[in-house]
Amino acid sequence: MNVQRLALSYGDEDVIDDLNFHLQAGHFLAVIGENGVGKTTLVRALLGQLKPKAGVIEFSEPKKKMKIGYVPQFRNLDEEYPLSVRDFVALSLINRRLPWLNKAEVQRLDEVMQQTNLLKIANRPVGLASGGEKQRAYLAQALINRPELLILDESTASLDNEMKYELLDLVAKFQHGQDLSVIFITHDLPLAQRYADHFLMMEHFKYTTGKIADLPVEQVEEQ
Amino acid sequence: MLSYDFMRHAFVAGTFIAIICGTMGVFVIARNMSFLTHTLAEIGFAGAAFGVFVGWPALNGMLLFTVLSSAMVGQMSVKSARRESVISAVSALFLGLGILFLAISDQTSSSATSILFGSVIGISSAEVWQIAGLSLVIIVVILLMYRSLKFESFDAVGARVNGINGTLISIVFLVLLALSVSVAAQIVGSLLIFILLTLPAASAKYFVHGVFKMIVLAIIFALVGTWLGLYLGYLTNWPVSFFIATIEVLIFVAALWHARRA
Repeated sequence: MNVQRLALSYGDEDVIDDLNFHLQAGHFLAVIGENGVGKTTLVRALLGQLKPKAGVIEFSEPKKKMKIGYVPQFRNLDEEYPLSVRDFVALSLINRRLPWLNKAEVQRLDEVMQQTNLLKIANRPVGLASGGEKQRAYLAQALINRPELLILDESTASLDNEMKYELLDLVAKFQHGQDLSVIFITHDLPLAQRYADHFLMMEHFKYTTGKIADLPVEQVEEQ
Repeated sequence: MLSYDFMRHAFVAGTFIAIICGTMGVFVIARNMSFLTHTLAEIGFAGAAFGVFVGWPALNGMLLFTVLSSAMVGQMSVKSARRESVISAVSALFLGLGILFLAISDQTSSSATSILFGSVIGISSAEVWQIAGLSLVIIVVILLMYRSLKFESFDAVGARVNGINGTLISIVFLVLLALSVSVAAQIVGSLLIFILLTLPAASAKYFVHGVFKMIVLAIIFALVGTWLGLYLGYLTNWPVSFFIATIEVLIFVAALWHARRA
């Protein structure tokens, strides 16, 4: 994926100007930056929900629309939320119209549930699942249609340390096993350093990219 | 009991109404639209009063008003923060209109009470056909958009990311809801309409955890209430709506009790 001279605005306000970066297939990019520098706006543009003011977002095969899985930051699933984990994950199976799932869809559902360690709690209502289990369910839902790019939007922010690593270990497994590209938006430098290959640091209208080993840690921490 | 035409009509109409209310109810609950459903019922009352005023069948007046106003609510309240107050405003306007139309039409007040409290015993065979037809339309449209509607209702955030057009789904759903309200008003009346469109589904979600299972169970709860209500009404000569309301509330209380124990 290639992003060139991208400019985005939210309402009348310019949020991003002249952003350039490149993401190779199967790579893991950490997007780091304070609140308000346009990380979420960038995600919306990548998802095709926001038209760039200028510049381009190119995918490897220009004519084909890239399949993107997205794990959002916020989701209001309270403890009364009734759907089971399995039914929740299956929600994004929308490529067919018939109300019931066909054999291939059921197989794919079982497969992704197994890969994300959700089989044991498949029938538990999502509302009663733990924070980590919920995130795994969101991940499974995002992965079930076999995306080429996965966007994690601060998905680890509400998790304790152990669960953060558990979730990202899973993501890394998909990244390496299925050539999945990952964009991980985060404030968490140790996590970024451990899992990402490259970084994109966003400040107000100033962007730095590079290999994760070259991440200017001290400068980020000062902010 | 079923040797009487009016009871047969009531049972057939009640069955259709229970099926669409159970189905729609699951989505009404998931989309947090109980309040709007209640409001649409009041608007339906105004529509029926308008129908009486201009000499139409009450159902046609209800259909006109509920469909128009749900489109209005859909247009005005895209932002969910504003929805409550928009609904209050629309509801106030239409209730006022309903009272006006009743006052200026020369019909007696009995037509008003039958709109408010339902007139299931007086359903003609033509009305049964109309209810059956509308039910069929609702079921077919839901089947056609089932997966998208399910996704949008139970996970709006995920649905948007997956490219589902939430606004379109909301508007189609509102129109379906308006149709359901108008149809169901025949049996329980405007005042109690939200019972069948909310309580069976609200109860079902405490027992089962899949959308299809919830629909089936909600339909069963709605059917139990409607059939038993009609039967008890026939036996006692008390209003059917009273029995339906009480039965559905009892089921809901049992569901809450079940949830606390689980």
